Amino acid sequence: MSKLASALGAGFLFGIGLWLSGMANPKKVLGFLDVAGDWDASLMFVMGGAVAVTAIAFRFVLKRPKPFFSETFHLPLKKSIDLPLVAGSAIFGIGWGIAGYCPGPALTALSTLSAESMVFVAAMIGGGILHRLTEAR
Amino acid sequence: MHDFTPISSLAGGALIGLASVWLLAADGRIAGVSTILHGIFSSPQDRWRMAFVAGLLLAGFAWQAAGAPVPLRAGFSPGWAALAGLLVGFGTRMGSGCTSGHGVCGLGRMSLRSLVAVITFMAAGMVSAYVTRHLLGVAS
Repeated sequence: MSKLASALGAGFLFGIGLWLSGMANPKKVLGFLDVAGDWDASLMFVMGGAVAVTAIAFRFVLKRPKPFFSETFHLPLKKSIDLPLVAGSAIFGIGWGIAGYCPGPALTALSTLSAESMVFVAAMIGGGILHRLTEAR
Repeated sequence: MHDFTPISSLAGGALIGLASVWLLAADGRIAGVSTILHGIFSSPQDRWRMAFVAGLLLAGFAWQAAGAPVPLRAGFSPGWAALAGLLVGFGTRMGSGCTSGHGVCGLGRMSLRSLVAVITFMAAGMVSAYVTRHLLGVAS
């Protein structure tokens, strides 16, 4: 129960951060990605603020024997720089640059009940399922 | 450069970082939204992922209930939204992460793999935004 409550709380705080920072505003995101337009550098500060916190705090967190509500830390195991990493990131970036939504902002934007966020999220889930089908072959 | 908001963006970014630290410290999980979202479908028995996504949604409702500004745009076509969503969903699975997993958490863990991913999707996003807005004239 505490595990679910803490995940809910983390998601909530994450979401408030997305709104406060401007990441949940696709026009602002595109204002950053479109360097040929009226460039808005704000999103550099979002990533800077977030990574400043994680880079310092993760060190202390990962020195603990285990998380509060779980037996182990679940960390990514892959280390190699391979084609799927680069090609997948490029495909993601193309979609991001079209709509101005990456996954977190798209999910929290569902709360506006806008048609574009619903269509985007449905297609995003579909894209993930499509990838799983191609992997399974 | 209009709409430049360094203070609120820095503060919002710090909250995103804190939320990621919280999820790792409490549940031992990386706050990578694409991986969490798709995990809901691949391992539905782990309900923490649904709780995290519910938190993201609740934040949006709370933000609006508090009367904070919610910028809606008009004129972005559903067809482009569908294509973009499909690319984001497929690409984040193939590349094992997005802005949060590779960006906020991966860079925080000093992962070289994540650094390569971040540089790649930033560059691709910039090229894509240029092409769609300036060459194709997509209204966004």
